Amino acid sequence: MTVFILRRVLQAILVLLVTSVVVFLGVYAIGDPLEILLPADASMAERAQVAASLNLDDPLPLQYWTFVTSALQGDFGRSFVYNRPALDVIFERLPATLELVTTSLILSLILGIPLGLVAGVKPGSVTDESIMTGSILGFSLPNFWQGMMLIMIFAVWLGWLPSTGRGQTGEVLGIRTSYATWDGFIHLLLPATNLALAQIALVIRLTRTGVQETMPLDFVKYARARGISERRILFVHVLKTILIPIVTVLGIEFGSLIAFAVVTETIFAWPGVGKLIIDSINMLDRPIVVAYILVIVAMFIVINLVVDVLYSLLDPRIRSRA
Amino acid sequence: MSDPLLEVRGLRTWFETPKGTVKAVDGVDLTLERGEILGLVGESGSGKSITGFSLLGLVDPPGRVVEGDIRFLGEDLRSASPRRLRDLRGNRIAMIFQDPMMTLNPVLRIGTQMIETVRAHAKVSKAEARAMARDALGQVGIPHPDERIDAYPHEFSGGMRQRVAIAIALLHKPDLIIADEPTTALDVTIQSQILSEVQSLTREMGMGLIWISHDLGVVGQLANKVAVMYAGRIVERGTVDEVLDAPRHPYTRGLIDSLPMENDRGQPLRQIPGNAPPPLGRPEGCPFRPRCARATDTCLSEPLETEAQGRGWRCFNPLEEEAMA
Repeated sequence: MTVFILRRVLQAILVLLVTSVVVFLGVYAIGDPLEILLPADASMAERAQVAASLNLDDPLPLQYWTFVTSALQGDFGRSFVYNRPALDVIFERLPATLELVTTSLILSLILGIPLGLVAGVKPGSVTDESIMTGSILGFSLPNFWQGMMLIMIFAVWLGWLPSTGRGQTGEVLGIRTSYATWDGFIHLLLPATNLALAQIALVIRLTRTGVQETMPLDFVKYARARGISERRILFVHVLKTILIPIVTVLGIEFGSLIAFAVVTETIFAWPGVGKLIIDSINMLDRPIVVAYILVIVAMFIVINLVVDVLYSLLDPRIRSRA
Repeated sequence: MSDPLLEVRGLRTWFETPKGTVKAVDGVDLTLERGEILGLVGESGSGKSITGFSLLGLVDPPGRVVEGDIRFLGEDLRSASPRRLRDLRGNRIAMIFQDPMMTLNPVLRIGTQMIETVRAHAKVSKAEARAMARDALGQVGIPHPDERIDAYPHEFSGGMRQRVAIAIALLHKPDLIIADEPTTALDVTIQSQILSEVQSLTREMGMGLIWISHDLGVVGQLANKVAVMYAGRIVERGTVDEVLDAPRHPYTRGLIDSLPMENDRGQPLRQIPGNAPPPLGRPEGCPFRPRCARATDTCLSEPLETEAQGRGWRCFNPLEEEAMA
């Protein structure tokens, strides 16, 4: 186990290093931040002064070296735009995104798994066909369009739910969260649903396929031959077996959701990191972009580790091999 | 003692496939009394396993029992409700499958699977169920049942897993056990251990046992009665001595001849020429006809069973009674 973790940590460091080089070069290639930061009529002297203050006049390898050495001490540079440490800006916005993503993941599990089970048990039935048609819509309709429709139906026509912003937040155990207040909670519903729709469709499909692959297996027949109830077969024998692929995919999805919550955050004006990163790319705010991507990569790595640990909890055969 | 433990008449289990109807089981009769062991023998695809599953209503779609009468202690199982069947399964009628690596759920502990079996049929607490499960494991010779009950299926050897399956079958002291090739995956020494244990358990507990196997040798060691299946039908039946010592059906004879014997060491093994007919497109008349040396034109029509006192065969040109002597 120690060797396993050590190897994972080394891998993680390598991945972070490579990512930082790629992103650094990428942002450098997009354009010169000075063009955006300075007014059009700035003099050459002002320009040189700003460039010097942001270390933008150094050659690129030196800039990168400066970045890496200070990053190792926890300093990811100051945002050109906000003039505050990049990490502070990101971590201020990250909880809102995490909250959104977690909520939609939970939604996709509590809706997707039961629907997938129902569809998988009676393939070809009317229930199955309706669920599958719904999930195709969830997959294929563009996310932004779904978001706009949600706003139109629930905010404009019915007027039940607010369409923009995060609403009031409160503190629970020292964490600022929308769950603390009713206002925050109803603000969370629409964006979380929007983000969850494609996930629900995915979980339905995974679960349905899993059920269909598992039901003909001998251990199901044997459970029936022992007089075990269909309900227990489905919820214990089958569900525990198919949770393994579902956990894997959701682990990967969790990462992508954080990274790609951009669309939903833009539609619903959700003050998360997705919106921040789009703005920062537009402003060529390199410290924010680089720090953001490194944070996301680090998160991916941690999530993958968690998935591997969950694996061994779910499948005893992996546990004994480790 | 009116009703036999199990009486099956004219059982037909067919599979409707896009290519046609597969008559996996096509008119099977069986009778079994308490304390008896019936060996149901046949090649793969002969319908012996489907026969076993049909008895418990465990045939998966598109398969369906289309005809026949299944009576368990006089009770008609074909018209029994799903609920009633579930009450009987694992309780009065238990089943043992070929490979417990495939049949025990790999992600659940042995104990969990035993306890759920106990509690499916008896209103007992978890602790009581666990104690019953532990005792059952001890009964079939699993060392340290107290610890092993918390192990997962993959932590057992093949032989131990099959013992676990037998322990599960014995949990509710069933009246009938249907064992589908339970020792096929085991090596010979373990196989004979398990055979002798099963034999004595059957005798002690007064159960009936249907032992489904392709191995006539094993059945000869274990069973009292034999039914030989070919292409969905029973082609010969009788006591072990009758069928093995004096087979009347050429197919049974072929099966016996193909067993490796000690005194033909060094001789090439004898085999039955040809292959079992495909389930779709069985020949007209006697399905064994194309492989049979004794076939005549009469075999183009369906042979009926010649039967007297439990001894029977389906053949127009049976072997003489002294054929093996």
